Formats: sequence, C-alpha cells, structure tokens
Amino acid sequence: MNHLLEKYATEIETTLAKYPPDQKRAAAMPLLYLAQREYGYVTKQALREISEILDVPPTEIGQLVGFYTLYYDEPGGKYRLQVCTDLPCALRGAEEFLEQLCENLGIQVGETTPDGLITVEKVMCLAGCDRAPLFQVQTAEGITYHENQSVESAMKLIRTWQSNP
Amino acid sequence: MKRPYLLLRHRDIPDLNDLTVYRQHGGFEAFRKAVTTMQPQEVVEIVKASGLRGRGGAGFPTGLKWSFIDQKNWPHYVVANADESEPGTFKDREIMEGNPFQFLEGLMIAAYAVQANVAYVYVRGEFWHLAHQLDRRIQQLHNAGFLGDRLFGTDYSLRIYTHLGAGAYICGEETALLESLEGKLGQPRLRPPFPPAVGLFGKPTIVNNVETLANVPLIIEHGAEWYRSFGTEKSPGVKIFCLSGRVNRPGNYELPLGTTFRELIFEHGKGIPDGKQIKAIMAAGASSALIVADDRALDTPMDYESVPALGAQLGSASVIVIDETVSMDWLIRKTVHFFQHESCGKCTPCREGTYWMKHLVDRIHHGEASQNDVELLYDVASQMRGKCLCALGEFSIEAVLSAIERFPQDFAARVAQQEPAL
Repeated sequence: MNHLLEKYATEIETTLAKYPPDQKRAAAMPLLYLAQREYGYVTKQALREISEILDVPPTEIGQLVGFYTLYYDEPGGKYRLQVCTDLPCALRGAEEFLEQLCENLGIQVGETTPDGLITVEKVMCLAGCDRAPLFQVQTAEGITYHENQSVESAMKLIRTWQSNP
Repeated sequence: MKRPYLLLRHRDIPDLNDLTVYRQHGGFEAFRKAVTTMQPQEVVEIVKASGLRGRGGAGFPTGLKWSFIDQKNWPHYVVANADESEPGTFKDREIMEGNPFQFLEGLMIAAYAVQANVAYVYVRGEFWHLAHQLDRRIQQLHNAGFLGDRLFGTDYSLRIYTHLGAGAYICGEETALLESLEGKLGQPRLRPPFPPAVGLFGKPTIVNNVETLANVPLIIEHGAEWYRSFGTEKSPGVKIFCLSGRVNRPGNYELPLGTTFRELIFEHGKGIPDGKQIKAIMAAGASSALIVADDRALDTPMDYESVPALGAQLGSASVIVIDETVSMDWLIRKTVHFFQHESCGKCTPCREGTYWMKHLVDRIHHGEASQNDVELLYDVASQMRGKCLCALGEFSIEAVLSAIERFPQDFAARVAQQEPAL
C-alpha cells in the first residue's frame, strides 16, 4: 500500500504529466515537497513510496533530502523561521537581529522551542538583500517572506502563532 | 524627463501583473507577431543583432546561444533560470512579482525561436509563493489561447511548466540546474557538450536568465536598432542593478549599461549612511573581486568591458557597497562561509578548497592567526584558480584574493591585534 499515491493520486498524476513519460524521475523534487506536506518531514516511509512511484531506488531519493536545504529528514518546529545572515544582510544588521531573536525565544540557532512551535535557523541568501533583516517561514504548507524586520515585529508575528498554535 | 521603465514597467503601470492590464499595454503582441509573421531563424537573428547579453552573470550573447541549438536532435527545450541566489541579487524576483507576463512572453518567444514545444521555469524553492503565482498565470495564458496547441491557427504548440528547486545556490549554474530539473543532485556537468547540444533529458536546451528573457518582447516589438540605442556599443540595453549593503537607498535600479558606479551609489542610492566613507564595491554579489572605491573606480561605467579593467567583473550587476567601518577579514569570512556551505562537493578543488579557506578565515577572525596564515589562505585560494569544474568554485576565491591583495592593512591589523573581532 502506498499512502501518498492513494491519497494524492490526481495531484501526482498532474505532477508527472509535466515531464516526458520516460523521465518520471524529474518528479522527485515535487514529490518530496508533497511528502513533507503530508508527514511534516521526509520519513523513511515517504522515501519508499516516492521510490515506488518513480521507480528510482530509495537511496537516490534520500540523497536529495541531504543535498537540498529545504527538505528535512527529521521533525522540526511547526514554523521554521529562517534568517538570512549573508554578507548584504549582515551589513544591515541581520546577525544582531538573529542573536536577539534567539535570546528572546531562549534558544540557540538550530534549536526548537520547548513547545515544538518554532525552529530558528540561519540560511543563505534569500534574494531580499535590500529589505534586510529578513526571514522566511517554512511550514508544511509552504514558504512566506517577512522583510524589513525588527526583533519587535518578529516577536509580534511569533505571538500570533503562540496564541493560535 | 524621466525615461520610462522597460523591464520594471510595473513601476510606471499599476497592476501590470494582471493579464488584462498587460494586454492593454501591448502584451503578447510581440509573441503573436513572432509566431504568425516571422520564421524562427528571423527571431534568432533580431536578438543576435540587438546585442542582448545574458543577464544572469556570464554576459554571453543571447542570440548567439540560441543559434547554437542542435537542429538535428529533437525535441528542443527552453528553461528559464529563476534560481536567483547570488548574495546581493534580487532583480528576477521583482520582475516575476511585478512584471511576470513580460518575462513569460520572452520565454515564449525564445521557445518559438528554437522551436521548443515545452519550456520550464526553474524557480528557487524559497520563491514558493512566486512559483504558485506563475502556475496560475500560465493557466490564464492557456485560457486566453496564448499557450496550448496550434497557437493563432499555426502549427506551433507550446506548454510551460514551473519546477520548484529546494535550496541550493549551485542550481543557478545552468548544467546543475538541468540535473536538478531531472530529479538529481544539483551538480554541474562536465562541458562540452554544452546544453544547446546536450541539455535537459539529453536534448538540445537553451537556458536563459529571467531578466534576459524580459528584454526579448521589447526587441521583437521595437527592433534591434532601437534596443541598441540604450547602453554602450558592446553592452547594449538596460540592466537592473541591485544595490545593497551600506547605502541609504538599497533596491533595484533599471539603468542603461555603462552608468557609472558613482551615479548608482550616490545619485540613486543617496550615498553612504551616517556620513561614512565608501571603502569598497562588489559589483557581482558575493562572487565579486573587491574593487577599491577610489575616484577612478567610481567613475567607471558599469558594463561588461569596463569593470574588468578594475580587476573585477560586472556579473549579475549586484552592487554591494562596503563602507570604512567594515574590515575585510570579516567580509571574506562571510563570503567563504557562504561558498563552503554551497559547494556541491563534486570537484575536489572547490570542495576541499572552500573547506580549508573556511578554517583559515575563522582562525584569522578569532585572532588565532599569524601573517603566515594569511599567506596560506592566499595560497590555497590561488591554487583553486582555474581548477574548479564550474564557475561557482572559481567565484569563491575572488573576494579572498582581492581582499588580501588590495586591503593588506586590514589583515595585518587583525593579526597584530590577536583578539577576536566584534
């Protein structure tokens, strides 16, 4: 039984139709996003299911999870708050922003708040250098951008999550 | 009078990202003209004659690239590179948000020019929201009869699909992008063969940057000569300059190629905050050599020929401004960490070189280094030169070598200080 295939048959069919019939493997990345949406992260079961759908060995799907930063092989916070601290952002105070944000949340970079709500991560350039400090929020549903941020504005957003977990 | 925008037209025309509004302003007439009145080869020739050069960083002549497509091997593909990930670059994002149909129209004309019936837009994973917007717009184009079978009653058919990346700088390199689109690790291929001969799924493929494609409808509409009236002889047209770092008004500025650094930074960007002095410029994002910001540099025109005279490249025209408060040992630690994290691991010089550079910049930064370590860092970076599989490995050493060569005092001071930087 293939849970992903059964639950998302139509969506998977639409995804596969984007690529030539003999190039099904091209759908690996969209299917990994689908798995994350369904399971929260890429589980072993998801690897087997994707492997079966695409007829590609599970290890070859698994290595994509390690290579690409937006895939996860273990659970994290419901909200992954990802701050860019690359050079242009750092020139606009992104490192101090990240440090103070972590202080406010009582966690270190890479850690998850005890309630399991928020994981704070440091990421590479998000293409928003003119509006730093900025971060993206990744959830199972997708990614949103939050630009021209201060610790106050970020904490305000975080409080809306906390009051509605 | 202010020159109207050509690429960032949404700044002049409200709601240009609405299909109806885009069509009211002549949208998709260039595509219709190409498909119904021009031979594919004519389209290639006009783009060649316009002198348009790739806006992703390499500056390769676009029409020439199209003319390389292998006519004996079919089908053909066109792929838009929307994997904008170079630190300091945020122009393609604004085009896709504000003026997405002009970009899509350019992609469609490119597809017609090389007779591709399928085109992909490879969008970086972080632009998740944008990719979903593009999906909706592509559907609108189907409904309006601009995509699908037998367009405008001709034999030509075209479909466009988006493909979402998942966080990897290397996928901006065109062969790594193609690998990623095939569902593999984003690692560059050995070239030749180049994508116009062997590209996506082993078939002839043209990969063009988003900004490059956004120029194409204008060239078809107004002609090559008109396009050449902007910019310089060898770098025609307008360019979006991404201005960031220590500058009062960071942002995207659409200007003719050949505009000086001084005009961009001091007129448009309104100079350096807090009355500080400008110290250095990076013209191509984190991949840049550091340019000493003296009068000669500031008065240099930003085009593909003039910037190399300063020992740097224009690249994607992502201008990062560095002021006097920044120490270069801190700066290269940022760029080296970036490249070490983003190295795909395929070739040894980049994988090992960035790893060792990271150790050395950390040691220098933490005040645990001697002048010998600075020389060792220079040596490691020099040994990587010309040995990496792709340009991205080569980019990782530009800031390092130029910082040590052009700002030796910063390193001498850090080594003498023997205490951690702030």
